[in-house]
Amino acid sequence: MALSAVRKSVRFPDLSKVPAVDEVGVDERVARFQTRSIKKASKVEALKLVLSMIDLTTLEGQDTPGKVRQLCQKAIHLHDAMPGLPHVAAVCVYPTMVSVAKEALAGHDINIASVATAFPSGMSTLKVKLDDTRMAVKAGATEIDMVISRGRFLAGDYRYVFDEIVAVKEACGDAHLKVILETGELGTLDKVRKASVLAMHAGADFIKTSTGKIQPAATMQVTLTMLQAIRDFYRDTGKMIGMKPAGGIATSKLAIHYLVMLHETLGNAWMTPERFRFGASSLANDVLMQLMKQSTGVYQSADYFSKD
Amino acid sequence: MATPENKLAFDGGWAYDPAPESTDHIRIESRYGLFINGDFVKPESGKYFDTINPANEEKLSRVADANQADVDKAVAAARAAYRGPWGRMKPAERGKYIYRIARIMQERAREFSVIESLDGGKPIRESRDVDVPLAAAHFFYYAGWADKLDYAFPGRKAKPLGVAGQIIPWNFPLLMAAWKIAPALACGNTVVLKPAETTPLTALKLAEAIADAGLPPGVVNIVTGAGATGAAIVEHPDVDKVAFTGSTNVGRMIQKKLAGTNKKYTLELGGKAANIVFADAAIDQAVEGIVNGIFFNQGHVCCAGSRLFVQESVADEVIAKLKDRMETLIVGDPLDKNTDIGAINSSMQLKKIQSYLKIGQSEGATMHQSSCSVPKKGYWCRPTIFTGVSQSSRVVQEEIFGPVLAIQTFRRYDEALVKANNTPYGLSGGVWTDKGSKIFKMTQDLRAGVVWANTFNKFDPTSPFGGYKESGVGREGGLHGLDAYVKLGAR
Repeated sequence: MALSAVRKSVRFPDLSKVPAVDEVGVDERVARFQTRSIKKASKVEALKLVLSMIDLTTLEGQDTPGKVRQLCQKAIHLHDAMPGLPHVAAVCVYPTMVSVAKEALAGHDINIASVATAFPSGMSTLKVKLDDTRMAVKAGATEIDMVISRGRFLAGDYRYVFDEIVAVKEACGDAHLKVILETGELGTLDKVRKASVLAMHAGADFIKTSTGKIQPAATMQVTLTMLQAIRDFYRDTGKMIGMKPAGGIATSKLAIHYLVMLHETLGNAWMTPERFRFGASSLANDVLMQLMKQSTGVYQSADYFSKD
Repeated sequence: MATPENKLAFDGGWAYDPAPESTDHIRIESRYGLFINGDFVKPESGKYFDTINPANEEKLSRVADANQADVDKAVAAARAAYRGPWGRMKPAERGKYIYRIARIMQERAREFSVIESLDGGKPIRESRDVDVPLAAAHFFYYAGWADKLDYAFPGRKAKPLGVAGQIIPWNFPLLMAAWKIAPALACGNTVVLKPAETTPLTALKLAEAIADAGLPPGVVNIVTGAGATGAAIVEHPDVDKVAFTGSTNVGRMIQKKLAGTNKKYTLELGGKAANIVFADAAIDQAVEGIVNGIFFNQGHVCCAGSRLFVQESVADEVIAKLKDRMETLIVGDPLDKNTDIGAINSSMQLKKIQSYLKIGQSEGATMHQSSCSVPKKGYWCRPTIFTGVSQSSRVVQEEIFGPVLAIQTFRRYDEALVKANNTPYGLSGGVWTDKGSKIFKMTQDLRAGVVWANTFNKFDPTSPFGGYKESGVGREGGLHGLDAYVKLGAR
């Protein structure tokens, strides 16, 4: 999309219309999702859906091309001992590793997500952030996971945060943009809701909870608040924005709770990797273990599942 | 606002498989006698009646129908226990017995909750997470008061009343039994309790627990039956106190009968609570609160938030979100762990609810129900809302006691307040706003026994509960709940 076209299609939102969020009420609703009992076929279906929604992630300073290649191999072959499994939605790496991932995933329908914009802190100039983004896209990233400037957001400089997202969206070109709010630094659900509205209006394709580098990372409370913001945005504009909780979702049970929450908040249209992702590094193996248990009736040792 | 193409879809796609709670661990006898003087005995009446599962209309058991002679026996047993071991017992010892009941209830929580759901139709999630734990909590709480009554009433001497006759409803069978029995025992009274005729089983299970707890015979007597049995208890000359929870009509009859006697009484009657949502509320959580307020326990709740007042500027949004949320409510088998709304308690109650659905429509209101399917057998009602109603509509004025919500809008604080208070009832109310000062103002101005702010249907044994106006007389729960079971004298 041409720059001017992007600029024309966005408008700074009226933040006074953003509804308040009651944290006690959110806790209660989350507890209700957690009491849902998901068994038998519905469990197997959910587990497979979870696998297909995973952004298999490695974001460490010590990452090597070898490790990224291993991760890509895992993304394609989750567990060949079990036929009929989906592949994950994307592999998520640092910009310098995008070309490695691109080569390793050639010929496969798996997205390459790259973090950008001075990830994870976002403490840099707009120019550096845009260069970072363009570099990742040029290297082959089909999805960009950017971070917002939390310092500016907390200082109340919403316009700056908004403009920055708009600019990064432009720099993304055809790549999808996921906007990381880093909710662990925002402090309240009211702010999470406001940041969600800001990001969606600025052109985010996905909104994402966390970098994984700050605690707390994704929580169900934060994710519910963002899902409700997505629902209201859809009602107002007809645009379907995706959601990506990231960090701290390591078990099948928790992932299924997230799916229940998604299902009862946004409905069927969001139950797809196009609109929901799990940013996780260790979730896949737990899901695989549960799937094997569902088919064989017994748990296997963790050593039967590849650790990459 | 919402356009048709922006509608969320919740059906089709991924669905939850049935997750039924198992029933193989419970024991229901084919026939129950009356629990009098520490034993299950055959009724003098020789009569029994069926209690059924409202979710499939199958018979669960046969239960004794107590007549005057049976009530006489029960009251005599209670009197003897009061004059005898229970009256002479040290308060701390009394407390130990009550603690024991609480602990047995916790140990058998699964059995209690499954039977509660079988007999009454409420979802297992509620009986498991609300009814049974709260019932046990009431016994724990009042057990603690047994030897501390001097501190509850400083400077006064609290003495028990004697024999308490207690009549409880079918909406929270075990919980209401706990609300009644626990404070009565803590204050040193003995009890004759009648559960509702459609839901007698958990009270009879409680009788077993009380026997296992080793309470002296006659301290708690449980007699089953219908209205006539209740009347026999109320009118019994040797009953010192009557505690009733149920409809306002029956409450009125009881109050008339008790006029001129020196029996003490508490009446916990109907309600038509206003749930008031201001534009500055946390809307998504308010929608949850509306759902919890009216659809909890199929709306069979005397303090249900059955009248909703929404500030005009957010009314469309709230109603649209409420409709979406209603689509995600799972209606069906009460024993399924995923069920949100179970069966209507009885065919009689279902007929009453259905008649109100007709009344609402004939009054010109717009009715909306969730699109879920309901089982063929059993008694079911889809979650229902009425819009386009007014203060003069019967569905706004009268207690329906079902999953039926009447929605009105308001512009100003005063308008909401006047309409909220414009009812013969005054049991509970709800206020939803992000502004603390508005909460305090509204809670002062609402004439209702309980007002919840940014939440609804929360109960705790330490908190008093009771109504204004036609919602009843007296308070149950908390320190106030003791007052109903003692006479106060000089130290």
